Amino acid sequence: MIHRECGVLKTTYEADMALYPLPIARRAVGAVAALFFLVLPFSVHEYYLSIVNLVSIAVVGALGLNILVGYTGQISIGHGAFMSVGAYTAANFATRLHWPFWLSLPLGGLMAALVGAVVGIPSLRIKGLYLAIATLAGQLIIEWTINHVTWISGGVQASIEVPRPRLGGFEIASQREMYFFLLIFVVVAITGTLNLVRSRVGRAFVAIRDHDIAAELTGINIFRYKLTAFAISSFYAGITGVLYTYYLGIANYEQFQIVTSIDYLAMIIIGGLGSVLGSIFGAIFVTLLPILIRYAMEAFGGLVLSPQAVLNTIPNLRLILFGALIVFFLVVEPEGLNRLWRNIRNYFRLWPFAY
Amino acid sequence: MSAQLEIRDVSKAFGGVQAVARLSLEVPPGEILSVIGPNGAGKTTLLNMINGFYHPDRGRIALEGADITRHRPSQIAELGVARTFQNIALFKGMTVLDNLMLGRHVHMKSGVLASFAYWGLAQKEEVAHRRRVEDIIDFLKIQDLRRRPTGSLPYGLQKRVELGRALALDPKILLLDEPMGGMNQEEKEDMARFILDVNEEWGTTTILIEHDMGVVMDISDRVTVLDMGQKISSGSPDEVRSDPRVIKAYLGESRRA
Repeated sequence: MIHRECGVLKTTYEADMALYPLPIARRAVGAVAALFFLVLPFSVHEYYLSIVNLVSIAVVGALGLNILVGYTGQISIGHGAFMSVGAYTAANFATRLHWPFWLSLPLGGLMAALVGAVVGIPSLRIKGLYLAIATLAGQLIIEWTINHVTWISGGVQASIEVPRPRLGGFEIASQREMYFFLLIFVVVAITGTLNLVRSRVGRAFVAIRDHDIAAELTGINIFRYKLTAFAISSFYAGITGVLYTYYLGIANYEQFQIVTSIDYLAMIIIGGLGSVLGSIFGAIFVTLLPILIRYAMEAFGGLVLSPQAVLNTIPNLRLILFGALIVFFLVVEPEGLNRLWRNIRNYFRLWPFAY
Repeated sequence: MSAQLEIRDVSKAFGGVQAVARLSLEVPPGEILSVIGPNGAGKTTLLNMINGFYHPDRGRIALEGADITRHRPSQIAELGVARTFQNIALFKGMTVLDNLMLGRHVHMKSGVLASFAYWGLAQKEEVAHRRRVEDIIDFLKIQDLRRRPTGSLPYGLQKRVELGRALALDPKILLLDEPMGGMNQEEKEDMARFILDVNEEWGTTTILIEHDMGVVMDISDRVTVLDMGQKISSGSPDEVRSDPRVIKAYLGESRRA
């Protein structure tokens, strides 16, 4: 039925090393792009677009964290804080110097990259759980600093309102405009990550993950590459923070607390470590889960509970289900949603004559 | 005869254990040198010091006249020293192709931005180095394994891929730590043939640690014997074979002697 690889004869290394060597994959990517650029934004209500926008932001952050955790094999529980570094950097540039988003946004990313690289320095000596604790310390220190230094956080509420992003004379205000704004970042982040992990730098990251001693004796400077991984990953996190800030119109540390770090770790674990597609799946899943739970409870919760009890249950149910799902995935499919997708795809590869 | 690799008076101790003691060794270019000796003689420690994985407590290691004693392992790799391991150290999550491409790492330049953009510089570089990797794939006859994750390969082939990754570095000096350990006779013969071919085709200096005496005596230009961290004998395979100190180290002393 779908003879995916049959008859695809590559005659150059360029073709063999292409991002999507198979015609069917190229067509599928084209169809998905058309869906997201042409169909979706003009066919759904603004409310649903706002949910898609949240997913878009999460995709960027999850990709970044996956570069560090999934590809390089390091861990960070400090990504929420790196996002806040990006957010407050951009917010300060935007409000004090009135710089446009296309300046404050990369600056937010760069500042987060710098801070991330510094927090990542212990990774040169310690691994695993110990590194997790070191980055957790980073999270807490940054959180505290932003909260208590009013020069950064802009006052008692520790939040800074930012103007809507403007491009030329055009203000990005509605959810639909914001959708396109964010979609561009998502496309760049996905393409860039795919490119990164299939070329020299990404291979070095995976080498460090798989066997650090062999990596070093193959000529990979572990010191430089671990810090590079932290910097790139934190750059993504910083951009994520800035995007949140522009999306919400306010930089607020409460968006970037330790729970956020853990949410993002959950995304890449549920989606699949070391996989670009997995990061996307994970971001969608973790962002939509609380919304779906709320819908489900509002629709069916009234059947067994009083309206007040329904309201009380929703936030707790989210936490319970969340924890349960992480455990479920770690036990049943440690390679996450991406693996499930691959299994489905491989099943249909030779369907219906799989012999 | 000027030495390509010169090891002078090198010592290394781990706590109270003197792993290598005042060892000197000169390796001329293009030589196949076997290092043999009983377990714990300091053979792997010697390789680890050449690699820069350990730094010697004293003494000096020079590659083509330049001191590399205190270099980091990655720097020494850049200078053209490649290595395989006693226990296979492949990147198991990656395909054979990616493992070999990693071997090209030191010859490639693309940084983060070029990799991120890919089309253009990075792609050109990937393709250029892919050609070299394909040469090695052909040389080692592993064409059918390109896309296989190395973790799923049988042991003998993993050893071969590991040799391939070392060759991808275009090494001046190849360090092989028990390349035939755990292999059957046929695999050993294949590996011996590859080592000889590499040496013949590219003139690569090869230092190997091996326990199979048949192989060692067959393919080595020279054999050095270590015992308790010291060099007890060195010379052509025939000289070493008949050296009483070697026999003593391996078999112990005869009571009548």
